[in-house]
Amino acid sequence: MVSGTIHRHAAPEPDYAELADDPRFVLLRSRFRRFVFPATAAFLGWYLAYVVLSAYARDLLGTRVVGAVNVALLFGVLQFASTFLVAVRYARFARRSLDPLAAELADTADGGR
Amino acid sequence: MTGTFTTGRALTFGLFLVLVAGTLAITIWARRNSGDGAEDFYTGGRAFSGLQNGLALAGDYMSAASFLGIAGIIALSGYDGFLYSIGFLVAWLVALVLVELMRNVGRFTMADVLSYRMRARPVRTAAAVSTLTVSVFYLLAQMVGAGALVSLLLGVRPGETFGGMSAGQAKVATIVVVGVLMVVYVTFGGMKGTTWVQITKAVLLMAGTALMTVLVLAHFGFDLSRLLGSAAKASGHGAAFLEPGLKYGTEVPGHPGATLAHKLDLISLGLALVLGTAGLPHILTRFYTVPNARTARSSVNWAIGLVGVFYLMTLALGFGAAGLVGHAAITAQDPAGNTAAPQLAHVLGREVAGRYGAGILLAVIAAVAFATILAVVAGLVMASATSLAHDYFGQVLMLGRPRESQEVGVARFAAGLIGTLAIVLAIFAQNLNVAFLVALAFAIAASANLPSIVFSLFWRRFTTAGVVAGMYGGLGSSLLLVFFSPVVSGKVNPVTGASESLFSAGVDFHWFPMENPGLVSIPVGFACAVLGTLLSRRPADPARHAEVEVRSLTGIGAH
Repeated sequence: MVSGTIHRHAAPEPDYAELADDPRFVLLRSRFRRFVFPATAAFLGWYLAYVVLSAYARDLLGTRVVGAVNVALLFGVLQFASTFLVAVRYARFARRSLDPLAAELADTADGGR
Repeated sequence: MTGTFTTGRALTFGLFLVLVAGTLAITIWARRNSGDGAEDFYTGGRAFSGLQNGLALAGDYMSAASFLGIAGIIALSGYDGFLYSIGFLVAWLVALVLVELMRNVGRFTMADVLSYRMRARPVRTAAAVSTLTVSVFYLLAQMVGAGALVSLLLGVRPGETFGGMSAGQAKVATIVVVGVLMVVYVTFGGMKGTTWVQITKAVLLMAGTALMTVLVLAHFGFDLSRLLGSAAKASGHGAAFLEPGLKYGTEVPGHPGATLAHKLDLISLGLALVLGTAGLPHILTRFYTVPNARTARSSVNWAIGLVGVFYLMTLALGFGAAGLVGHAAITAQDPAGNTAAPQLAHVLGREVAGRYGAGILLAVIAAVAFATILAVVAGLVMASATSLAHDYFGQVLMLGRPRESQEVGVARFAAGLIGTLAIVLAIFAQNLNVAFLVALAFAIAASANLPSIVFSLFWRRFTTAGVVAGMYGGLGSSLLLVFFSPVVSGKVNPVTGASESLFSAGVDFHWFPMENPGLVSIPVGFACAVLGTLLSRRPADPARHAEVEVRSLTGIGAH
């Protein structure tokens, strides 16, 4: 807990135990986890696959596709594309499914004061 | 007229002075426009927008090591430089899912989050130790690099002089000037000044890189395959130049053990890069400069876009330098390839506008590199001064009850202290191979900081003993393994016999086969955090964890 003289917020503390049991909070947490945990596992796995293949599957990665462009370069550019995609998808998901619930809960907490 | 290089040098030096004047003006402006409170100094008033903080994040992240370093690795070793940039970029996704939660719970530093439901003193002490270690190592790498780089950019080579200084003196002078400037930005400008310096640098860097990329692509008629083909041909490696394996995970015929160590080393580096970013103190403190978690999220998205586009452009720069400057010309200037990008600017400028064009573009790119160095070191000093003052002085020494003006005063003093320490260390280390320190900083951030961050947010039973064991375990194991690795002793260039380690050739006490400790130290960090928790005498407080969960996901009670 941040405390001491620097702490300026004098408002009474919201009841966190009650909020934690609020069905809207339970929904918010499960939505967050159902998106973030599998997505994190997926992008880390996809990245590690790339690193491991770079170490152990060099014949595959050296295969030419078009002109001087080979599988290794395409795989690398795909990592960029997937990163951009995950970032955009997460932002949209959070805006639509998380932010409204969080705002409702914040209102409830304020109203309780 | 004594030649292009001399005119170019005067112009380069002039642009350096313009940059110094400009950034000092920003600092003075920031000082006049902010109050004296802790919020002002540590967060710049939490008023930055998503785009502004995204630019500042990108500015903090794209060090001279990634601008000049990655372009140089690509120019000399081809594809393997790309492996580095991919790790650096994907890492931002880890940050994306964690920083909103950290922004909601914390106030100024990472330790605010870690200590929220723990005993403050041991946790904050551990966090301050880890923050300082990561930041000072990173800082040292940047400053030693700066000394060598600025001498090169000004064209001061061994045996030549600049303004009456020899190359060695110019190096020391650069380290001192860069060190003094970073302390001035932080002490006077606080987070507001530092952030605007970052933003300025990020805009300059993106613009300079974009200009060079367009010129490179135009040279090859916007035909990527021609660019790649020309780079591969000029490199002398042929098609292998466009495939992984020239620098990392190299195969040693007849030595399966060495080959295995090299390949595991590549995976180890990849892990540290991808898991380290979300634990870097100077990145984490940036998220307290925005008003709320939603803006923090949008700033990460901006950073991902900017950093991603930047690393794609370094591909064009690196391959362009390989094709247009050539291996021999690059290594003649700097064996590590750090001058590949400025040399490419010289070639491209000459193509566009002859001798003067060459001098002008070289000077502009050198100035961009200088701005990059200044901004990154300022960000690092800011983060370490914040942790030292807020975590250690305010919460540990003063038991969480400092006077606000006192704590800010300590932060300013700490910036001076850390700056002086960095200058002295950098001067002592100026002729050592310290490039490994950047990768080491990422490995420590991933091993010491990430386990505690993740468990604090998601593991109900996580305890104080868990944080302390995880942080010291991750930090200690990374340091220990690196000390006994080939980067410290025993790595010798097989051709020249010169040492490629910290210690000179002949000294060899290494037994750990890899250069990057992450593959071992990251699991060790997580394991220590788990063991510390399971062996704790005091169990975790479930009510406090519920509070962290609610606050982190809803933003209720956020600062």
